[in-house]
Amino acid sequence: MGRYVIRRVLQMIPVFIGTTLLIFFMVYALGDPVAAKCGDRACDPATAAQIRHDLYLDHPLWQQYLHYMAQIFQGDFGTAYNGQQVTELMGSAFPVTLRLTIVAILFEIVIGITLGVITGMRRGRPVDTGALVLTLIVISIPTFVTGYVLQYLLGVKWGVIEPSVSAEAPFNELIVPGLVLALVSLAYVTRLTRTSIAENTRADYVRTAIAKGLPRSRVITRHLLRNSLIPVVTFIGTDIGALMGGAIVTERIFNIRGVGFQLYQGILRLDSATVVGFVTILVIVFLAANLLVDLLYAVLDPRIRYA
Amino acid sequence: MPEPENHPDEAMEPAGGTGATMDLAQDEARGLERPPGHETAPGGTTEKPRSLWSDAWRDLRRNPVFILSALVIAFLVVISIWPGLIASGNPLSCNLANSQKGSAPGHPFGFDNQGCDVYTRVVYGARASVTVGVCATLGAAILGSVLGGLAGFFGGAGDAVLSRVSDIFFGIPIVLGGLVFLSVVTGTTVWPVIGFIVLLGWPQIGRIARGSVITARQNDYVQAARALGAGNSRLLLRHIAPNAVAPVIVVATIALGTYISLEATLSYLGVGLKPPTVSWGIDISQASSQIRNAPHMLLWPAGALSVTVLAFIMLGDAVRDALDPKLR
Repeated sequence: MGRYVIRRVLQMIPVFIGTTLLIFFMVYALGDPVAAKCGDRACDPATAAQIRHDLYLDHPLWQQYLHYMAQIFQGDFGTAYNGQQVTELMGSAFPVTLRLTIVAILFEIVIGITLGVITGMRRGRPVDTGALVLTLIVISIPTFVTGYVLQYLLGVKWGVIEPSVSAEAPFNELIVPGLVLALVSLAYVTRLTRTSIAENTRADYVRTAIAKGLPRSRVITRHLLRNSLIPVVTFIGTDIGALMGGAIVTERIFNIRGVGFQLYQGILRLDSATVVGFVTILVIVFLAANLLVDLLYAVLDPRIRYA
Repeated sequence: MPEPENHPDEAMEPAGGTGATMDLAQDEARGLERPPGHETAPGGTTEKPRSLWSDAWRDLRRNPVFILSALVIAFLVVISIWPGLIASGNPLSCNLANSQKGSAPGHPFGFDNQGCDVYTRVVYGARASVTVGVCATLGAAILGSVLGGLAGFFGGAGDAVLSRVSDIFFGIPIVLGGLVFLSVVTGTTVWPVIGFIVLLGWPQIGRIARGSVITARQNDYVQAARALGAGNSRLLLRHIAPNAVAPVIVVATIALGTYISLEATLSYLGVGLKPPTVSWGIDISQASSQIRNAPHMLLWPAGALSVTVLAFIMLGDAVRDALDPKLR
């Protein structure tokens, strides 16, 4: 087990370097950070040169990257367009997005797995077909469409919720945005659980458990779920990336001032410090989530430890 | 089993046994008529042997989901090439006086913010979405299957490098990457969007291709062909490729639907296609702020987008069910 952990952690390092380098390259090489800071009119050359020197931009690209990485490990992500430190922006934005993501994952796990178990046990019956069709439709409709439709119906027409979320974003206001964010992933989790449960219901150990006379609930919870949930757990872990991407859209629809909001503002203003800083942190979160999921997978399925 | 040392030149011809069945399957896959008289008893009735492809096609033909989604997709392709068939107006001719009005005679879907006809824009928007979807999927599928297939076939250091490279691309959530990459790229054509989707989408297909090539490589007929002196290119093209391509087709079809949805999301965020290109994502983005006054401006493009993505994903599901040997 220890060797597996070390191997996975070592694999993460070049991936981290590669990803941050790719993002750094996309922002700094393809765009021009100085032009953005001067606004619509071009800077005069002296100012531009001074800005370049201050931002370390007069060095070759790989030196810029190393300098940026060194700064990051000291906790300095640079200054945003409005003069605030990027770390300050992160401090105000991440808790909000974290709350939204927690709500979304809770929805995903509770509704997705329950629905998956129900349809998996009753494969072929009307409940199953209905759930399949419903999940298919949910997968097809993009997140921003469901977001707007739900915002219109629940917020404007029927007045059940506030159409946009307030600045502090408490949990109860994040329920509908969390549901919107989770919908597509929820559909995938349902289908995955359904397939997994349907496969495992035919397994020998389930038949033995039923033959032994165990009550149905005990068979499901103690034997069936444990084995069926392994691919689902893996999927939910890798889904964190999709949730982070979808959070940008959801935060824009419901006016939530989270990571997606800051990132979008940064991109509008071509503020490279904000964009690279936020995306780097998101990539770290994503890689850490993948690592955790791989380790969890090894804990749940002992066969993988010796692979 | 054929006896290679006795009949070296017959080993490639049908002579009975697993080698023959495999070759016949390949002929079947290429649609050729099987030469009569081989493999069965002389004078007996020759029944066309069933390969994976003919079985799958038979199943698909009878699947109502497949027929329905294929019809919808064919309709979409036709109107994206010839939008004039069902929409006679010009999507860019707008009259501000008509801004946000509801449906009127000759304009069944009403007008949008600029006074453009929503129906015409919905029909013309199909072209952008279908083009981006099809080109991006072709690009990602070709790039992914070539790189993943070669990595799976040759293994070794190249395989390890490719796995790390695909991990890097997997590590960037695709919407985030799109925001970063496309915001610095200028240009109003579809090609930056297509290029970006191919760039971030090929690892998914590459992973599947690599897995299925590794599985196909372990089969006995590959070893037999190699023992008979087949070179790498012959092995890849004649033996491995037809047998490894099924999962790639399934993933590519479902990915098509995902890419269309992704293009709409990127256009909605303002970094995808830009005006004057007519796209559903752009329409939805412009209509979103006015949803309380004129919901029809948002609902019609959104409905068209959802139906398109649904058709492609249903097609992918049907193809997967037909090609999946575990469900037989």
